[in-house]
Amino acid sequence: MIVSELTRTEVGRQLGGHGLKVRMGPIVASIRSPMPVVADGIGFHYAAHETLDADAFADFNVHIEWPSGIRRFVRPTATFRLDETTAFEPLPANQGFPLLEWGMNWCITAYCDQYLILHSAVVERNGCALLLPAPPGSGKSTLCAALVARGWRLLSDELALIDIDRLAVTPIPRPISLKNTAIEVIRAFWPEAAIGTVVRETLKGSVAHVRPPPGSVERQHEIAHVRWIVLPKYGAEAPMTLSAITRGAALMRLVDCAFNYTVHGRRGFETLASLVADATCRDFRYGGDLDAAVKALEGLASAS
Amino acid sequence: MVNRATPEPLVEALCDPSSAARANAPQWEALVRHARGSNLLGVLAERFVSGSLLDAVPPAPRAHLVAARVRAHAQAKATMRELRAIAHALGDVEAPVILLKGAAYLCAGLPVARGRVFSDVDILVPKARLAEVEAALMLSGFVTSHPHPYDQRYYREWMHELPPMQHVQRQTVLDVHHALVPETSRPHPDSALLVADATPLPADVSADLAAGQPGVPIRFAVLAPADMAIHCATHLFCDEDFSHATRDLVDFDSLVRHFAVAQPDFWERLLPRARTLQLARPLWYALHWSARVHRTPVPPDILREACRDAPASPLRWLMNGLLGPALRPTRGRASTRWARRALYVRGHWLKMPPHLLAWHLTVKAFRRENVSLPENADGNQA
Repeated sequence: MIVSELTRTEVGRQLGGHGLKVRMGPIVASIRSPMPVVADGIGFHYAAHETLDADAFADFNVHIEWPSGIRRFVRPTATFRLDETTAFEPLPANQGFPLLEWGMNWCITAYCDQYLILHSAVVERNGCALLLPAPPGSGKSTLCAALVARGWRLLSDELALIDIDRLAVTPIPRPISLKNTAIEVIRAFWPEAAIGTVVRETLKGSVAHVRPPPGSVERQHEIAHVRWIVLPKYGAEAPMTLSAITRGAALMRLVDCAFNYTVHGRRGFETLASLVADATCRDFRYGGDLDAAVKALEGLASAS
Repeated sequence: MVNRATPEPLVEALCDPSSAARANAPQWEALVRHARGSNLLGVLAERFVSGSLLDAVPPAPRAHLVAARVRAHAQAKATMRELRAIAHALGDVEAPVILLKGAAYLCAGLPVARGRVFSDVDILVPKARLAEVEAALMLSGFVTSHPHPYDQRYYREWMHELPPMQHVQRQTVLDVHHALVPETSRPHPDSALLVADATPLPADVSADLAAGQPGVPIRFAVLAPADMAIHCATHLFCDEDFSHATRDLVDFDSLVRHFAVAQPDFWERLLPRARTLQLARPLWYALHWSARVHRTPVPPDILREACRDAPASPLRWLMNGLLGPALRPTRGRASTRWARRALYVRGHWLKMPPHLLAWHLTVKAFRRENVSLPENADGNQA
């Protein structure tokens, strides 16, 4: 059963009860929350995701909670909790859904060390994955959304889970997080995009999430091998350039973008070295013209 | 006669990993949650590995065990690197340096170290050499993590350690102790006795620590077996923070099981040593609870003899009532939370005489902690 087959009432009931179990790629999250913004956010963004029975194994039991007592009625906040662990400071209550997304990112980066995890968007076409590793603010989510709009399969917008034994990316298609001006840019570029409520004045400015296409979610079990590594850097006025870089430079960038490189030691190095050895590596500077940027990346994909 | 407490799935799985073989999905989920909450996921993983049972675990929970092993293995390597750096920093200080807890278990190659994760390195040096050791560490880049004048006084006058030090580049935390318990607490175990009996590191571990830095002497040692078990018991039952109690009891059980076999005179020495060190009370608690929860094979005559150091009946009942829930794996039960809160108060009571405690709590209550912190902390989110 998928989330959209549940009524809004049923979603709320499970979130308020023993937890709504949602499969996100290799992870099952059991989510509990009494907050309507969270139920609405999940109902909208995870519509195509599989939901599991109460007795299925959940990797992470997470809660998005109101503050206790009277604080709930005076400038209420939302708190993220994994079992007994509260990982962040509470945020204003209207940020409940983004908080769930950030909390899930934290669970995965803190506990899923069976993978080598990169801060990277990943999309796939014809069985080949394009990795877009970058620090925040480089526009990787914007490029990722634009490529998905053109029919690429979404593997992840934020976290590339590298399966070390198979040297492949394990998909974890979750909502694509857009910030500030990127929200309007994607609305214009991809009018059919299912973009959720814009949450303003978060720590990252205005935030909205794009629902992953059902096709990407249905195929979340299909791993993909990395064929292209593109290091994006957005600059509003910069001319667009897509230039070759050495494998060494690409490797260093992957190291910078890895959450748990040091945890894997020598195996981590060997994994990243194999990734850059088998891929076409490019530096990509792009400006305001998203259409041209997507064409350049599609050109790279057809050429090699 | 020791009565068994209600079996906990996590404890059962640690004692006998094959007992988890028939677990269903909700039971596996509970096991992973309790182990993660008690910081025992890595230890649990290694118990499955020792029993060649890891491959029999269903894939979903196995992924968590595999990830925990990766983390624990990385941490062991990082700790060895850190100890190399500390040995280098202390190269010119001709003082014995005794590794405590996690770092000691690792360097001594004890089974308790398998899969165990810990946050800081703890060392013990003679009090007379403290200034010298601190200066050498500061020269190598360790700075105090508690610059507030009150904290400095609190640690330096009343505690058994320097304020925790943190390396400016590596961000690692080092606790430099000169005793096992605070200066202000009632027992006064003589640290000179601990130093005199300390065991040098195995030759291969010393060689590993010296590798790549010729001329750096490795003066590290670990506590003698009985002292190590007594310290573990003391850390567990005299501390005010019971959030790590489940893990500490697993440590104690593992240490005792190992030494009982590896050290022929371990049981003979244990109780007299604890009495000499004035730590027989926490040792009694540890033996009693370890036998009760983990079925640690403590010889009945030792348990009977240790019982002479147990508190008198009313206090003993009260403590048993609190320790039962407090030692259970962390899993959000109200009884565990309340018992740990009560023991937090008790821990403070043991740590300081009443007038000092009153003063300490007053200062803490009225002190304005780093007023600007919340704004700065925002940037770290997500």
